[in-house]
Amino acid sequence: MRTLTDVSRSSQRARETQRSRNKGDGPLARDPRPGTSAAASHRHESAIKHVTGRAAYIDDLPAPADALHIALGFSPVAHGRLTRLDLEAVKRAPGVVDVITAVDIPGHTDIGPVFPGDPLFADDEISYAGQTLFAVAAISHKAARLAVKAAVVEIDEQPASLDPLKAAERGDVVRPTHVQQSGDWQRALSEAEHVLEGEQFVGGQEHFYLEGQACLVTPSEDEGVVVYTSNQHPSETQKLVAEVLDVPFHAVTVETRRMGGGFGGKETQASPWACIAALIARRTGRAARLRLPRAEDTRTTGKRHPFHNRYRLGFDAAGVLSGGEITVIGDCGYSPDLSEAIVDRAMFHADNAYSLGAARVTGHRARTHTASNTAFRGFGGPQGMMIVEAAMDDIARHLGEDPLTIRKRNFYRAGRDVTHYGQRVDQYPLLSEIVERLEVSSDYWARRQAIRTHNAASPVVRKGLALTPVKFGISFTAKHLNQAGALLHVYTDGSVMINHGGTEMGQGLHTKICQVVARELGLDMTRVRITATRTDKVPNTSPTAASSGADLNGMAARDAASRVRERLFDFAAEHYQLDREGLRLEGGELLAGHGESSRRIAWGELVQAAYLARISLSANGFYATPLIHYDRDSGSGRPFYYFAYGAAVAEVAVDTLSGEYRVERVDILHDVGDSLNPAIDIGQVEGGFIQAMGWLTSEELKWDDRGRLLSDGPATYKIPTYGDLPPVFNVELLEGHPNSQASIYRSKAVGEPPFMLGISVWSALRDALSSLSDYHQSPRLDTPATPERVLMAAETLRRSVNGSTA
Amino acid sequence: MIEFYLNGRRRQCVDIGADTSVLELLRGPLGQTGIKEGCASGDCGACTVAIGEPDADGELAYHSANACIVPAHQLDGSHLATVEGLARGDALHPVQAAMVDCHASQCGFCTPGIVMSLFTLHEAQRRTPAPLTPERLEAALGGNLCRCTGYRPIRDAALRMHDYPDTQPSWADDPTLAGDVAALARDATRRPPVPDGREGHYATPDDLDTLRELRRQRPQSRLVAGATDLWLEVTQQLKPLTDLIDVRRVAELQRIEETTEGWWIGAAVTYSRLEPLFAEHFPAFAHLMQRFASMQIRNRATLGGNVANASPIGDTPPVLLALDARLAIDGPAGPRELPVGDFFLDYKQIALDDGEFLRAIFLPRRSELQHLKVWKIAKRREDDISAVLAAFAWRLEKGVLRDVHLAFGGMAAIPRRCEPAEAALEGQAPTVAAFGAAKAALRDDFQPLSDVRGSSEYRLTVAANLLERLRLGLESTTAEVSIDAYAH
Repeated sequence: MRTLTDVSRSSQRARETQRSRNKGDGPLARDPRPGTSAAASHRHESAIKHVTGRAAYIDDLPAPADALHIALGFSPVAHGRLTRLDLEAVKRAPGVVDVITAVDIPGHTDIGPVFPGDPLFADDEISYAGQTLFAVAAISHKAARLAVKAAVVEIDEQPASLDPLKAAERGDVVRPTHVQQSGDWQRALSEAEHVLEGEQFVGGQEHFYLEGQACLVTPSEDEGVVVYTSNQHPSETQKLVAEVLDVPFHAVTVETRRMGGGFGGKETQASPWACIAALIARRTGRAARLRLPRAEDTRTTGKRHPFHNRYRLGFDAAGVLSGGEITVIGDCGYSPDLSEAIVDRAMFHADNAYSLGAARVTGHRARTHTASNTAFRGFGGPQGMMIVEAAMDDIARHLGEDPLTIRKRNFYRAGRDVTHYGQRVDQYPLLSEIVERLEVSSDYWARRQAIRTHNAASPVVRKGLALTPVKFGISFTAKHLNQAGALLHVYTDGSVMINHGGTEMGQGLHTKICQVVARELGLDMTRVRITATRTDKVPNTSPTAASSGADLNGMAARDAASRVRERLFDFAAEHYQLDREGLRLEGGELLAGHGESSRRIAWGELVQAAYLARISLSANGFYATPLIHYDRDSGSGRPFYYFAYGAAVAEVAVDTLSGEYRVERVDILHDVGDSLNPAIDIGQVEGGFIQAMGWLTSEELKWDDRGRLLSDGPATYKIPTYGDLPPVFNVELLEGHPNSQASIYRSKAVGEPPFMLGISVWSALRDALSSLSDYHQSPRLDTPATPERVLMAAETLRRSVNGSTA
Repeated sequence: MIEFYLNGRRRQCVDIGADTSVLELLRGPLGQTGIKEGCASGDCGACTVAIGEPDADGELAYHSANACIVPAHQLDGSHLATVEGLARGDALHPVQAAMVDCHASQCGFCTPGIVMSLFTLHEAQRRTPAPLTPERLEAALGGNLCRCTGYRPIRDAALRMHDYPDTQPSWADDPTLAGDVAALARDATRRPPVPDGREGHYATPDDLDTLRELRRQRPQSRLVAGATDLWLEVTQQLKPLTDLIDVRRVAELQRIEETTEGWWIGAAVTYSRLEPLFAEHFPAFAHLMQRFASMQIRNRATLGGNVANASPIGDTPPVLLALDARLAIDGPAGPRELPVGDFFLDYKQIALDDGEFLRAIFLPRRSELQHLKVWKIAKRREDDISAVLAAFAWRLEKGVLRDVHLAFGGMAAIPRRCEPAEAALEGQAPTVAAFGAAKAALRDDFQPLSDVRGSSEYRLTVAANLLERLRLGLESTTAEVSIDAYAH
């Protein structure tokens, strides 16, 4: 018979084991039971609600009958001084209840998320067209919007700075320039057999989440508010709302059940609307709704950063890089927002999958008079990768080799496995493995030959083929964000409620978290329910961003579930007189012992017995990613816990008379470690690929010469449609390669990495164009590579070829 | 007051403003928040609903529409099916079940609209089963934007929807529903052609005389048919539209009359109704339709609207110019006819006097020898506004080009032909030299704008290149001179 001491010692041991697992230095088994809850393709936890229209988004939430509707007044000009803001007629407009400007803010007037620079309302200097000037609350959405039109706004307009290159040249930046350097890059260049240089413009991207920015704020009975918001970062919104209202954080509760898409656009840029609605709610004592109509949303919120990139790289006769320099200039818009970290991430990914050799990578953060550009899936990484992928194609044309050959020769490899910021690249052999498998499954070399034959005989329609790899670093580069919490309750009927700090934006995070809990407690998924993310359940959370949702929150949920489980084991060992070491939870039962001596106790029975014995059935969990660090002063460290890998082969057909093109076939092999949910992961891979294809092809942001965004809605800003889906689209997850790091069940993050597989489409377009020069020239092709850009590149190439042969 | 059926239940709505949309009605007074507002401009499909109207056999035929730009008054006498109405208790409709099993929703915001587009496809299949070709799926789903999935699982769901038990919505059990809807639609007594003004003026004349009289009395009123462009004034510019005359019930405007010379197409005939005619007699025009607009738009929008709207980037006017179409104008001063080329005067200026309206468009029958090519250039293949639209018609007689019509949209303030380029080709063999002259003439004749859809130089270059595409096609009928998915 065990004594109490024994039990406590064994549970102490269990806790220590768990702690060491969480720290990442202990063994963490892969899920030994493929097909069980943690690895199965469970449907999205809201799927049935989605298809029946029962899933509620912010504007679907019921509000009191006297709820107010908010509309905003925006600056029509990009740069200048506000000389007059006369809102008398607005206040007198039908249905108007309240009108506010910067002077009506009791607390902080600047809501910059990391660095200051984002006034909630502009009150003097106007920094972009679409900047918020005032807010109107009225009894209906329409009344509020109509009232806005009655405002008299006078602005002393000044020339807008819209060229990030010129801004960077004159040092007009939102944050200081950062440099990463490894080895003697100048010597590498001077001693190189070949040196090539090139530059490119990489366009930005509107998030185009289908649900626009929206919130509903109700005043609480004390000095605060409850905020319902479509939001990737509830804790930050809580902080900012509290600071704007000048109340303690505990007076503000923020809730997010789900978003109708986020993609980074609701990481920092969901907060202003919550702050404004909170001000109205407190001032009027009434609930306040704010949702941005599509065109206003598109004009006032930031986008993926456009970049200007340059490279000068040295290489040998085989095309192997020896070193050089890469410069990336991010167009940050008018304020820092997250641009420090975004341009850093562009720099961290300027190597993509290739060992640069002795290299210097420089990143500038240019200020322009446009909306403050922000997080968007990949967070600068995609823009950084574009320059080295351009270089790979250029080197191949220069040497007369196939671009894939050059890429493979430059992959991280033995002896060349350290990045320009000093991180050793773990699992680099996966690059070669993925690419070799894809070469076979996509029949790359036979198709290459067929395309060459086709193009030689086809004057107008040219085909292109490209295989591009992805290596993407996982972790927030701001170290403190790499933490997460969870809260788990078991009720006396055996049902389980899990809550965590991550938010659901469609990526299936909540589904994966439920799977983790179900696995840890040996339960069916129907027993586990997840609730809205709320700052009063799990506090001080990080944004759901950097692909980290499942990595961080999955571990926290696992921690919470295992705490309850270990507590139940302790209890059961004593209560039922069982061997503590042999206890396990499986199939909705507690199992003890084996064979003849085995015992089974139903989960519900166990829970009730524990309750009666006054055992806590609730636990919180916590996780902090181990091992990561980065020193900005030296530009080196291990910013990433691990890397995720993948590669894609894209084939395109280009009409070189019109510039029109079609993506005809895509093959993808992508690494997610041991998948938590293959169906969800494939959904992320496919969706990310198509979204990147849109970024690089049809999605064109255009401003007029005064800095006003012209492409402000789906009539002018064209995201991919159903018909853009490649007719052949083969997507597979790499199997048999668990994460080498102790991530949740050895899975890998999947939100962002596959986005960059879309670069294969752009490279294939360049390949098709290059055929016009018989593959001797590597055409410059800025993005988005619209039919216009493709045609103009074709015309330039044709002129160049005709000129040189004439 | 308007009366209609919503998911099988009769609804009466009073005090509905003339410029209220179906979306506002549903999400507001009717409290049905299942359908979503994604753009309020008919471009994203998140608000897709299915509108059922009795067909010739007395069955309800459903078409998809964007609720954000359908006037609420146009619901009168129809059956409106929404995403809330499909499941039978816990039993999902086949399209819903297929969407769930294929993991075809991620954030879920576009999903209700996609479900409704698939529902109308499923209904069409129930009435007339036919293979679900890639083209049909593209037509059915091209008007629904999804930002999460990349569409592959949605394609799978569409292909698998027939694998499920054919669970019908509960309203499908009601054997009298179609008859009740038809009776409601016929019951004009509820619906005075001239409203009393309490809800703004939303007039619904039933015949040409009433329409003429209304136009005479209220020359300031706006005409509405499909509303697919007009309604953007409400949703995007917040302009009040309080004085509207809906021409959709005017029988004379809904006719397609075939004569020996061609077809008179009533100004209120929708594109969806025209598709069989185009497919048989103007295949190049039919192919344009697939790229012209989404299914939701084609189900509501009219050829007459695209002409009278007079946009310089409207897609059908260049085709009508190339085909020598004629227009029937009507109004207080009586009917008159004019060639379509005389209709467009200047940017958004048309040859209609006060109180006049477009009654019908005459499409001349093509001779065996007349060729027609319609080429649309846009950033995106589906549902995008053209940078340039070219419509070319010609005959080839004894090796020379005759009756050459080269019409363009997007190249000038109005859609128009390029007469100098036509002259350069007229009577010539399709040689490099003749086309070179035509291209040079084209460059001299047009000074297009640079705007969000393309630069002036691009428009000139691509327009000239389309002439080159034409020449290459004449030179060799087997050469690949374009990509099939874009152009035929």
